[in-house]
Amino acid sequence: MSLLRRALAVLAMTTFALTTSAQDLPTFEIAMKDGRFSPERLEVPTGKRLKLVLKNEGRTPAEFENLSMRVEKVLAPGVTSFVVLHNLRPGEYRFVDEFHPQGGSVTLIAK
Amino acid sequence: MLGSAIVVFRETLEAALIVAIVMGASRGVAERGRWVGGGIALGVAGAVVVALFAGALANAFEGRGQDLFNAAVLLAAVAMLAWHNVWMSSHARTHVAQMHDLGHDVRVGLKPLSAMLAVTALAVLREGAETVLFLYGMWAGGGARTELALGGVAGLAAGALVGVLLYFGLLRIPLRHFFTATGLIVLLLAAGLAAGAAGYLTQAGALPAISEQVWDSSGLLSVDSFPGRILHILVGYRDRPTGIELIFYVVTFATIAALMRIIRARAVRVARLEAKAASAA
Repeated sequence: MSLLRRALAVLAMTTFALTTSAQDLPTFEIAMKDGRFSPERLEVPTGKRLKLVLKNEGRTPAEFENLSMRVEKVLAPGVTSFVVLHNLRPGEYRFVDEFHPQGGSVTLIAK
Repeated sequence: MLGSAIVVFRETLEAALIVAIVMGASRGVAERGRWVGGGIALGVAGAVVVALFAGALANAFEGRGQDLFNAAVLLAAVAMLAWHNVWMSSHARTHVAQMHDLGHDVRVGLKPLSAMLAVTALAVLREGAETVLFLYGMWAGGGARTELALGGVAGLAAGALVGVLLYFGLLRIPLRHFFTATGLIVLLLAAGLAAGAAGYLTQAGALPAISEQVWDSSGLLSVDSFPGRILHILVGYRDRPTGIELIFYVVTFATIAALMRIIRARAVRVARLEAKAASAA
């Protein structure tokens, strides 16, 4: 019984940690506007989880994407959403708007 | 036109390849065309509904709605593929024998047909919702509409063509080995989709990545390249997988393979007993 209770407590704590943690992460904002990104370069810390808040300020939908990292987020016009990146190694990571193949990109510089 | 054609092609490719595999894996089953067609129609209808409520979906669950939805759709497809494979592992032998003896399609009951319908509908739903959102959004956003429509049709046709090519490629496998081969393909597909679900859950911050990059083979074969993308869809190839994706992949593969083995062994035992009973009588 106590084992079950302990297991339940651990489960509850994990659930709590998972549901709250995304809010406390270091957060960076990226705006997309019909294929244009702002900013186009962004310095981010390595080795920790971070949250990219994505805003589609354009009149057309956007898909924030980096295939290698399996980041894929579709945003209708006016929508704000986020993705969580996990423990980046030092380096540069380029994200594009798949719905605007001729558009720009944003490069994260992790260091 | 080319821009929208490329976007629609990339979005439809995955659904087209999955439908091709489902059609291959259900070879010889009577009326499968109607069931798979029904799955596509259901998927398209669902995609339109999802696209209409995309804003509400994105904001649901504190902004994780879209990722949780994608993960759920992927895991449901994995369950259906697993079911199909396990069912086939006990019926493939008699299925092939009947196809040989009768020289025509066989009725196998509703079980695998409904699983096929579900897999098709789920694949079309997920990719279709993004395609609908793209096309409708571009349309409403005031792009060049004729070009957009032409591009959409061209992209869809190109995606479907790759699916048809895969299907006819599968048909070239000799019948004797056919269901062993499609079983393996479905197994790898299911494992890859499960890893995809893990990817969405880590993106949403709902699962830890465990290791952010187990290996890097992007120099060898990038998932951005066309062959890399095809392999990504078919067998779940990743050039920079996370630990959790690898775990989902391996666990799914091992679980379905074990179930197939157990069910097949039982089918063989039952067949042997029946043969013995028949010879004794």
